[in-house]
Amino acid sequence: MQIQPIVAALRHHKAGTVLIALQIALTLAIVCNALFIIHQRVAHLSEPTGVDEANLFVIVNQWADQSSGEQIDAQMQADLATLRRLPGVRDATASNAYPLLGGGWDDLIMMKPDQVQKTTDASVYFGDQHFIDTLGVKLIAGRNFRADEIAPMKPRDSSTPPVVIVTKALADKLYPDGSALGKSFYAMSATPTTIIGIVERLQRSEVDTWSAPFAYQALIWPRRLDGSFGTYYIVHARPGEVAEVMHHAPKALYAQDRMRIIDPKDGVLSFAEIRHRAYDSDRGTAILMGIICAVLLVITGAGIIGLTSFWVGQRRKQIGIRRALGATRRDILRYFQTENLLIAGAGVVLGAILAVGLNLWMMLQLAMDRMPLAYVLVGIIVLLLLGQGAVFAPARRASRVSPVEATRSV
Amino acid sequence: MKKVDEMFAYYLDLALRSLKRNKALTGLMIITIGFGVAASMTTWSVFRAVSGDPIPWKSSKLFVPQIDNWGPAGHGPKDTSKEPPDAMDYTDAIALMRDHRAKYQSAMYQVGAAVTPQRVGQHPITAIGEAVYSEFFPMLDVPFKYGSGWSAADDDHRAQVAVISSHLNDKAFGGGDSVGKTLNVDGHEYRVVGVLGDWHPQPQFYDVVNTGGFSEGGGNIFVPFTTAIANSMNNNGNTNCVDAPKEPGFVGLQHSECVWIAFMVQLDDAAAVQQYKQYLDNYAAVQQQAGRFTWSPNNRLRGLMDWLDHEHVVPSDTKISLYVALGLLLVCLVNTAGLLLAKFLRRASEIGVRRALGASRREIYTQFLIESGMVGVAGGVLGLALTGLGISGVSWVLPRDIAALAHLDVSLLITTLAVAIVATMLAGLYPTMRAAAVQPAWQLKSN
Repeated sequence: MQIQPIVAALRHHKAGTVLIALQIALTLAIVCNALFIIHQRVAHLSEPTGVDEANLFVIVNQWADQSSGEQIDAQMQADLATLRRLPGVRDATASNAYPLLGGGWDDLIMMKPDQVQKTTDASVYFGDQHFIDTLGVKLIAGRNFRADEIAPMKPRDSSTPPVVIVTKALADKLYPDGSALGKSFYAMSATPTTIIGIVERLQRSEVDTWSAPFAYQALIWPRRLDGSFGTYYIVHARPGEVAEVMHHAPKALYAQDRMRIIDPKDGVLSFAEIRHRAYDSDRGTAILMGIICAVLLVITGAGIIGLTSFWVGQRRKQIGIRRALGATRRDILRYFQTENLLIAGAGVVLGAILAVGLNLWMMLQLAMDRMPLAYVLVGIIVLLLLGQGAVFAPARRASRVSPVEATRSV
Repeated sequence: MKKVDEMFAYYLDLALRSLKRNKALTGLMIITIGFGVAASMTTWSVFRAVSGDPIPWKSSKLFVPQIDNWGPAGHGPKDTSKEPPDAMDYTDAIALMRDHRAKYQSAMYQVGAAVTPQRVGQHPITAIGEAVYSEFFPMLDVPFKYGSGWSAADDDHRAQVAVISSHLNDKAFGGGDSVGKTLNVDGHEYRVVGVLGDWHPQPQFYDVVNTGGFSEGGGNIFVPFTTAIANSMNNNGNTNCVDAPKEPGFVGLQHSECVWIAFMVQLDDAAAVQQYKQYLDNYAAVQQQAGRFTWSPNNRLRGLMDWLDHEHVVPSDTKISLYVALGLLLVCLVNTAGLLLAKFLRRASEIGVRRALGASRREIYTQFLIESGMVGVAGGVLGLALTGLGISGVSWVLPRDIAALAHLDVSLLITTLAVAIVATMLAGLYPTMRAAAVQPAWQLKSN
């Protein structure tokens, strides 16, 4: 196939050619950036929490009266006993937070008590000896808390427990050589705490952008936090019984003691709901980008069909002449396909530059990450294929123009 | 005048005929414009809702002071901005309140309380609100349905008074004028002195540090800051520390350098702003001399809108969505321009005949711009329907708190139509120019 005549013909359709190429370029720039955003968001919202999500739920329990710390602690122990006795419950624990809560407590971690620049940051969970079993996280080194290590703790009490269980991510950050078990660190205090256990994986209580460098860094203190606002009861139901238990648990707690508030709407949360809420912004953005990509590709495809159809209509006579002079149907089909490839080729070259530019601009404006060039490559392939697909129908129509057309209206 | 009307009607008729002639192409253009406009308008409605000025008549007079009470320990090793913490510790907040250098000022922190109305058998409910000073209400022009805020004397005497939202008033007292009634808040009796009117600023600009900006709850109960401290109402918002408090409990927090208090001042003119800046620097210098700060004064005094921007109150996802949707609209316009070009140039012979019969270039211009405009109108109507659909479906893709803010109103309606028509006519400009450039003689000859 000779390219020169095609280029020569395109000179007569400068505006149309430029418009299609421009459209392809803009589509490519937007689509590959959108795909990159989608991929990032989906990667973020697919991160595992390390807990047995299918069988977990959380009760948001607030205290209705301003009791003393001792009263709250006694009430919490009674509540936990009630929950653990419920049919269908495997285990239950009380904590200040749970993975994906979307807030919570975090401590700066130091290796020396007087360190000015802190070593890292860890999400803080308070839990008793049932915490690990309830969440279904896996202890990979050391041991669980013993009952005698658990103590009540008042809010804003800054005394540090002598022992702690940490996630593998935190252990590796503090002791990269893998020797964390039995070693100690300082969590915003002058007294050290010793690592007695390491769990394989436990997500932080929030997964905001700021904490991305500290992902999966969490620690568990052997304490029951007597929060004066309330507490979170985390309940692990037996397989298949979670819905049933979710229904009964608040009633059982109210029966135990009335002076509490469990919001009828948001007071009992399944882990699916927790996950849904934690990532609703990510999921929403991914869906929106997906819709926009689809609309863009359809519109660009339709635009190519529209303009090529017009060109075919305009050139019926010329096509007829070429056919009369011996060009096969296939030659005509190829002609339009090659023409489209040339235009789309120019479009994707410009589009690739625009795509990288757009990514750089978003890095500056919106703190986006750098887009790997693979996305541009995928985008180029998608758009070239889209062009070929879109041009096929009008090109086939062109190839069916009869040679007789050459003789008409002359 | 009659002639113009007639010509306009004629052009409309021509345009309609032409659009009908090639239904697929016309439909494609209308759908393209409709989708482009709807995507931009839906994301715009969300962006407009979250980035607007929450108090337009006064935002230029409201400022947020920041004092660097952390020094180098508060900055990462690579942090060159030396930005002070975005909230205040208790010591500085109280000092600023005591010095009282602005027209109005209030320190504030978020409280969450179990509230029991004085009605037998009623179950306690949770209310989230703020502990503020009396000047909070006049500073923010807070509207009252019943009663008013409390007095400066109430601040001084730690009076157990409360202002409640109409929402809490409905829940606790079943509505009505509840001024004078008592409310049990975390075990203490508070006298209701005011019931707010319809006041749900989004973002909750007075305390974005603790409310995070957009939230459905909050702002339901306001109690004096001094009283809240005296009654040990714990901070329900954020607490940030570089070192743990040396003493335990809420008192320990008050004695620490941890930051958890939001602060806002009203300064009426540039001179007042200058004086307040000077005051902050003097204050920090005194702290330095006293040995509390081992660094030079490092303060900020940002205007409210600047502050909201600094705190990234507008979620970056909202911006990304808007930009990408505008990109889509741009592609739609390029697409429409291409299709219009094809459509117009296909009628070169018709234009030639009209020109030969005496139509001026200007008349050709008018005719084709009207035709583009009609595509724009149709695209706008479709876009409007799709925007309505988009806004009702936006809760499906955006966080609830933010989706709830997007709504279709008259101004959005007009904007949608205007964007569609103007955009399509812009897209039609080049094709129209080409159409008007058709030479009458050449076309006649070649046919």
